[in-house]
Amino acid sequence: MRTDAMITAFSTILLREVRRFTRIWPQTLLPPAVTMTLYFIIFGNLIGSRIGDMGGFDYMAFIVPGLIMMAVITSSYANVVSSFFSMKFQRSIEELLVSPVPNWIILAGYVAGGMARGLGIGLIVTLLSLAFTQLSIHNLPMVVITVFLTSALFAVGGFINAMLATKFDDISIVPTFVLTPLTYLGGVFYSIDLLPGFWQGVSMINPILYMVNGFRYGILGVSDVNPFIALGMIVVFITLLSAVALRMLDRGKGIRS
Amino acid sequence: MANALEIENLVKTYGDGFEALKGIDLNVAEGDFFALLGPNGAGKSTTLGIVCSLVNKTSGKVRVFGADTDTHLSDAKLNLGVVPQEFNFNQFEKVFDIVTTQAGYYGIPLKKAQVSAEKYLRQLGLWDKRDSPARMLSGGMKRRLMIARALVHEPRLLILDEPTAGVDIELRRSMWAFLEQMNRQGTTIILTTHYLEEAEALCRNIAIIDHGRILKNTSKRDLLQELSVETFVLDTDVALKAAPELKNFECRLDDEGALLVDVQKGHSLNGMFIELETRDIRVVSMRTRANRLEELFLRLVEDNARQPAPRKEGVA
Repeated sequence: MRTDAMITAFSTILLREVRRFTRIWPQTLLPPAVTMTLYFIIFGNLIGSRIGDMGGFDYMAFIVPGLIMMAVITSSYANVVSSFFSMKFQRSIEELLVSPVPNWIILAGYVAGGMARGLGIGLIVTLLSLAFTQLSIHNLPMVVITVFLTSALFAVGGFINAMLATKFDDISIVPTFVLTPLTYLGGVFYSIDLLPGFWQGVSMINPILYMVNGFRYGILGVSDVNPFIALGMIVVFITLLSAVALRMLDRGKGIRS
Repeated sequence: MANALEIENLVKTYGDGFEALKGIDLNVAEGDFFALLGPNGAGKSTTLGIVCSLVNKTSGKVRVFGADTDTHLSDAKLNLGVVPQEFNFNQFEKVFDIVTTQAGYYGIPLKKAQVSAEKYLRQLGLWDKRDSPARMLSGGMKRRLMIARALVHEPRLLILDEPTAGVDIELRRSMWAFLEQMNRQGTTIILTTHYLEEAEALCRNIAIIDHGRILKNTSKRDLLQELSVETFVLDTDVALKAAPELKNFECRLDDEGALLVDVQKGHSLNGMFIELETRDIRVVSMRTRANRLEELFLRLVEDNARQPAPRKEGVA
């Protein structure tokens, strides 16, 4: 396939994904906006005002980066896993399989689609947060790079989940029993300095902790971990998971008999 | 003339050990209208699935217009259009979006894709439905949508797996006319069908597959010549109450009262008319029965079922 044709194929997949999640915006864009607003009101305003400072910032300012990242992670993952699994379920994935689109373009297109939704939600939540606190950016490149890479990582994760899933239950198991607990325990609502030594150590093996803290460093300039180690870990995970996803596509795992 | 499709010693064994294809060979010439026939589970869809990259082969070679699917898969796919048996589009997407998106997968820029989509949606009578979600279409419309989608990138080889399944007779005839027109314009067409009169009406060459082996691969004319008896349908001016007893011809009445006469190959039809004349039976019109291929197909498949040992024959 020629380069210009591959660019067209990539943009076709991306546009199709954007068209899909904007068409069903009450299911895709509205819920995280409502949920995060409730977090801001309840945890930030009502409870946060009694908690006081955390990491040198008032509690609302402290949790905003984590909540933005939480929305980005869940939306990036959810978009790819639900869209790709629906294509498998309806067999419309065959439209792609019979076409000359290379597998890496298929993966890139879906990941870009997941990122479009994840980053779009991140922007919406950021704008909502401005109604509750003032955001000052400590390190803009760190903010942008961290949020882009994290979104890409979880979009790839969603893609692998969709490849492996054989029924609708399979696409909710990982978000419910893995992603949500890791996100809640990944320092969104607290600094791990508050934890006893043992639980601090346990927290350090949670990859989401690094992403939340990398992003928090970009916005607030404070972090529980070295933000550059966080970035390096995200890049390593993206590389590994992309290799796994491509291998599965090449072998037709779950999509070819 | 070059071959549009070449299949060499194609084998497919599924994970549970089922051998769907046991080393088939098949050539389809460019410009042909080719039918792949066989009973359910014979290996038709597996064969086409491998050609279209929807099924992984176990071994063997597939070439589309000379492009080996192992080494030049992208080139092979560019020349292929596929109409599957089952509806396989997103039911919530609009008709126009489904077709233009497919064009995009082939690297066709949006403007050009829109022109091509309009052309085929108009030809297939779906232009008025372009903004409807696919789920709102009737069954026949959905089949036509899959044909429009398969043609939007102007493939040289169009593969249709049971294209008229569940379609009413009027629509089936209009789809036949459309496919014949596509074939006249140079598109090579391969179809599988359960309607054997469809293969008889449309195709020039036919392969019959059963239990993963090709039983016959020849021209429709040669295949039909294997029939030793041909049945003629005669309409008479006065409805007959019973079939007459003719000396050299087997006769019976069909459900609609027409006279069916079996004529052995090489027998003169004049003799039949003379015998009818002597019985004051006046024939006002005559045609051959349309299901000649069905008789031959059933005979071949039944013969194959009786064969005790695996064999391989009739490969072109």
